[in-house]
Amino acid sequence: MTSKSRTLYDKIWDDHVVVAGSGTPSILYIDLHLIHEVTTPQAFAGLRARGIGVRRPDRTVATADHVTPTVSRNAADAGPLAVEQIRRLEANCEEFGIPFYGIGHERRGIVHVIGPELGLTQPGLTIVCGDSHTSTHGAFGALAFGIGTTEVEHVLATQCLLEHKGLNFAVEFDGRPRPGVTAKDMILKLISEIGIGGGTGHVLEYMGTGIDALDMEGRMTICNMSIEAGARAGLVAPDDTTFQYLSGRPFAPSGEDWDRALERWAGLVSDPDAQYDRRVRIDSGSLQPMISFGTNPSMSAEIDARVPDPAGIADAAERAQMTAALEYMGFTPGETLLDQKVDVVFIGSCTNSRMADLRAAASVFDGRRVSEGVRALVVPGSQQVREQAENEGLDRVFIDAGAEWRESGCSMCIAMNGDKLEPGQRSVSTSNRNFEGRQGQSGRTMLASPLTAAAAAVTGKVADPRTLLENRS
Amino acid sequence: MMKFQTLTSPASCLDRDDIDTDQIIPARFLRTTERTGLGAHLFEDWRYDAGGHPKPGFPLNQTGANDARVLIGGRNFGCGSSREHAVWSLLDFGIRAVIAQGFADIFRKNALRNGLLPIDVDAADHAACLAAAGAGRAFTIDLEARRVMAEGVAFGFDVDPFARTCMLDGVDELEYILKHEDRIAAFERER
Repeated sequence: MTSKSRTLYDKIWDDHVVVAGSGTPSILYIDLHLIHEVTTPQAFAGLRARGIGVRRPDRTVATADHVTPTVSRNAADAGPLAVEQIRRLEANCEEFGIPFYGIGHERRGIVHVIGPELGLTQPGLTIVCGDSHTSTHGAFGALAFGIGTTEVEHVLATQCLLEHKGLNFAVEFDGRPRPGVTAKDMILKLISEIGIGGGTGHVLEYMGTGIDALDMEGRMTICNMSIEAGARAGLVAPDDTTFQYLSGRPFAPSGEDWDRALERWAGLVSDPDAQYDRRVRIDSGSLQPMISFGTNPSMSAEIDARVPDPAGIADAAERAQMTAALEYMGFTPGETLLDQKVDVVFIGSCTNSRMADLRAAASVFDGRRVSEGVRALVVPGSQQVREQAENEGLDRVFIDAGAEWRESGCSMCIAMNGDKLEPGQRSVSTSNRNFEGRQGQSGRTMLASPLTAAAAAVTGKVADPRTLLENRS
Repeated sequence: MMKFQTLTSPASCLDRDDIDTDQIIPARFLRTTERTGLGAHLFEDWRYDAGGHPKPGFPLNQTGANDARVLIGGRNFGCGSSREHAVWSLLDFGIRAVIAQGFADIFRKNALRNGLLPIDVDAADHAACLAAAGAGRAFTIDLEARRVMAEGVAFGFDVDPFARTCMLDGVDELEYILKHEDRIAAFERER
């Protein structure tokens, strides 16, 4: 068995099995546990009820991101429930000795932005968080996945989880995306092909020249949305791009430790003849910008596509679903997605709120104005991203264009902090979910890249960002 | 963990595919520090109109829906976020078993860890379940035997054996992991 060739997922899994399952799940060791205010209070209450503590506070890191206001650094601006959740997390961290990056801390931010930014996220680790977008960290060749609150309690108590191993799914992106086409377009294309449940039970390993060409921000965008295909996790084998990103980060190894880490990380690749349970190939070299038109991320299409006609769908359940989705979104079959009127543009979320995303958006905003009647929010992923963006003058570009420049947080991706759509409003959003009401009750979300979102902001409608980039002389 | 052995109850039908956790419990209700009380907001935006009045056509607003301990969904039930609040809200409403053509991984795990039984069915049994539920028939679910029975419905289902034992006995998984504390300590020492 040990000589059998293995995938990257197999290797990380094998390295973390404390007790191998036989008729039972395996006990899997967790290297890094990220926690936030929304999915942890009940877990800490559970620990107290049992009279047990946190096994490894040194492997636990906390931040507040989901309910934090973006208009200020005062929790009260997000309401009393937010204040209480944040206060509770702070008290729990203090009691159990867990480092907490709370409001006002220069390292605070969206949990999936600060993990990589601080160098906490490293190749070969197992990383969990009570948040489905934990898959983001897989961009570094870490096995990272979202868990429920009961499992948060398990990890706090034991630093372990009970897990059944999943299946291996190879996703090859063939070809460097053309200018104006981004990682967001690549992952929306994949989800539109395999479906919202297409990855269920599997860990996706992204590979190919399309992935090699991406920076870490792009790889994070792709891994982030693995869950939108139902996958347990997404992975990219670490390479020089990964190592260069990590070098010098606050919690990354340094000196001799760095050299030893590089040796260890070099082995984190799938064996050449490793077996996958499933494979899919996407021609990323010929991709167009993508945008979602329905009420789940698989309902996405090329930006110049027309709204599909449900009548053409053979399966009755799928036909009913599409009909309901188009009705919710206010779209008529056959009309173009281009030129659809947009009310709100949201640039942010753990999917697309890092420096590369803000630079891309700024390249479209620069010298232009947000279209009249459109509200545009730019919400950096972390306070460090915010500071860096300000150092580069990007805040001026956004503000001069008429966009709102905010404090960091999850914001309108999940609409828990007061940043939300009004009923019936349509957004173009760089976030990850277009489920009904996700950005506010009866709000209508179209998912797209930062370039496409910025293009919508300055034109007031769904637009192909390449036409705006081409006009730059 | 609440014990689950056998259950006899009418079933509610919500025959839609890809029911996501944002529909089961919208995010604005996650600003709580408790597990309880979420049933009031189960499927809030499908159940109530903008004025907070029950939508008459919605299945969980039908007469008798409050008595149903079984919910029948479509394909890929519980996709989306990891919020365990989705499971808590179903349980708080009174649902103890969901019958669907597949579940999202995190939802399934959250359900099993809370005594909410996810039951996978194929298309034919799914159709039979919908028909029986629509006719108001009672469903009997026997976890020990791994069987679902109702008028015109009789099928066996698979469930992770470990989770099944935990549910039958009402034992939770944390105790099991804690029993291996010496192995965890050894693992930490050796790496």
